[in-house]
Parts: sequence; structure tokens; C-alpha cells
Amino acid sequence: MNKVYRTMLVTVLSITFSGLVLANDPAGAIKSSKGLVNIERAGEKIPAAAGSPVFVSDKVRSGADGAFGITLKDNTLLSAGPNSLIVVSKFAYDTTTNVGAMSIGVRKGTLAVATGKIAKATPESVDFHTPTSVLGVRGTEFVVEVGEGSDE
Amino acid sequence: MTNKFSFGLLLGVALLAGCVSERVVLLPSSDGQPSGVIVRDQGGEVVLAQPYAATVRRSGVVSSYQSSAEEVKERFGDALAALPPRASSYTVYFMLGSSDTLAPESLAEFEKVKADLTARSGGEIRVIGHTDRVGSVPMNDAFSIKRAAAVRELLINAGIRPEVIEIAGRGERELLVPTEDEVAEAKNRRVEISVR
Repeated sequence: MNKVYRTMLVTVLSITFSGLVLANDPAGAIKSSKGLVNIERAGEKIPAAAGSPVFVSDKVRSGADGAFGITLKDNTLLSAGPNSLIVVSKFAYDTTTNVGAMSIGVRKGTLAVATGKIAKATPESVDFHTPTSVLGVRGTEFVVEVGEGSDE
Repeated sequence: MTNKFSFGLLLGVALLAGCVSERVVLLPSSDGQPSGVIVRDQGGEVVLAQPYAATVRRSGVVSSYQSSAEEVKERFGDALAALPPRASSYTVYFMLGSSDTLAPESLAEFEKVKADLTARSGGEIRVIGHTDRVGSVPMNDAFSIKRAAAVRELLINAGIRPEVIEIAGRGERELLVPTEDEVAEAKNRRVEISVR
């Protein structure tokens, strides 16, 4: 068996048998919600409460009195203050190997982050993006503010 | 592919760059480990490596400055107050040679797990099985998930709702006591209960 083929086979087998969080599994869950907070999914607005699942492509929006916290499956902690719009652009996580990828967008408002297991195992596969910038992380806690950002 | 994507993203965001004010502040890391954030835009990159190192963008111009606990509290207090509590981890062991009976001292951990779960809003559990290095990697993957499933059953019997408990198996990837391959080590044959 040549090396490339063997590598491919190993990859296919490890994907098949490992604990991969798939696209239709939640990426995480709302842990706290204060004031007006909605999850926007496929054109629908769903009120966010503690325990609500959050999926890839979901936008979570807080009103003028709102704030919310999310824990992703790899233990990444995210939270946002009032008038914020956060997008889970990408999330994949293998609970067997801790390999994964994530991309979180801050369209407007304030976001606090404490990174989790994916950033520890493969920091290069984690990013946060604002309307103008892309942030790379190295096992980190940080905050981001976007004023006059995008409403979509 | 990643480069192309990044380039497209940067090109796209460059068009917005004129009218957005943005701020990034690195916070002190709670575990004391060195940490950092790299802020990239079409103009280049800035590395934040010290606590409260910050960048601010106004009218498309990025400047670095030293922020402070006071400024972070003022601008980000509401966001930080909503940050969920960190995950915590409890470890249990099986009786020697058993794959379904826990060591007696491990049962005390169940009470801690239940109390922790109850204290969290929207609390969830991941039960993560681990093995030592006796046997092949795929065998240990299968074995570790079996251990995790056994502990999940015990947690359900202890009164925890099944829908909040998921299982995972890390096999021999995360040794508590590092050993050579094929070495039996009781401390590595364990199950971690992670509450988040």
C-alpha cells in the first residue's frame, strides 16, 4: 500500500470512527441570556434562553438591554454585551482527537472570549473576525468591540 | 484554499474599513500561561502579547496602546458579566479488572458532579473515557468510549437527565502518567466527567 493511499485510508477510518461533531449537531449552547436576545436561523428569530442549542451559521443578537453567554462544545466561552451581533461561521470538533476548526464573527457590539480545547490543540484553525480584521489566537482571553458595525 | 479565502475576506473587509471603529484588548490569562492575539487586516498585523495590550481602529487607521482593567470594565463590563463559568473536571476510576463497577471513592465525585451541574444554567456533561497504552490505538479508542458509556449509565442511575450527558473516548491520547507503549498504568485507566 503506498503512503498517500495509506494516509487517506487512515484519515477516512479516523473520521468514520471518531467522535466528530457534524454540521447538523449543535456547536454549543446558550448558557445565559439577559434582556432581549434572539438566535437568527434560516430567516427565523428564536428567543435565546439558557440551554438553547447554537448551530453553525446561527447569528445571535442582543438588544439595547441584552447580554448573552455561549459555551461551545470544545469549552470555548463567548459572551456579548448590549446591541451585539455574533455569528458562528464555522465549527467542527472531534472529541476523540481534540482536532477541530472554528471561526466566530463579531459584526457589531462587544464580545468576550476565553478559548477552549481546539485553540489549545490547533490554534492555527481558530479565528475571530470583525468587519475589518481577522484575529488569530494563542490560548487566550480577550475582548473585541465593533462600533458602527454591520447589522446583517 | 485557506489563503484564497483569507485574501478574499481581507479584500472584502477592506471596503468597509473606512467607517468602522474597532478595539481589541488582550486580557490576563486566568491560568498564567503566556497568551496572545494577532490582529490582521489589509494593512498588516499587530501582535498583542502582554496583558491589556490593545489595538484601536479609527477612520481606517490602526494604533496600538496599553489598555487597563478600568477601561475593560467600562467598555466590556456587560459582556464579561455574561461569560459562562469555565468547565470543571472530575475523575473516576473503575475497580481493578472491572469495566462497570467504580472504585468506592469515585462515588463521592458523583455528588460533586450533581451539585456542579445544578449550579449552572443550561449545564451539560461530557463523559470522556481514557485508557493506558496496553493494546492498539483503535482498540483503546473503542475501549475508552465503552468506559465512558458505562459511567454515563451510572450518572443516569444517580438521577442526572440522560439528554444532558454526551460521551467521548480519547483512548490513549491523554495520559495522566506518561508511559512507554504497552505499559499498564492504573492511573491512566480513568473516566473524566467534564461539566460545562
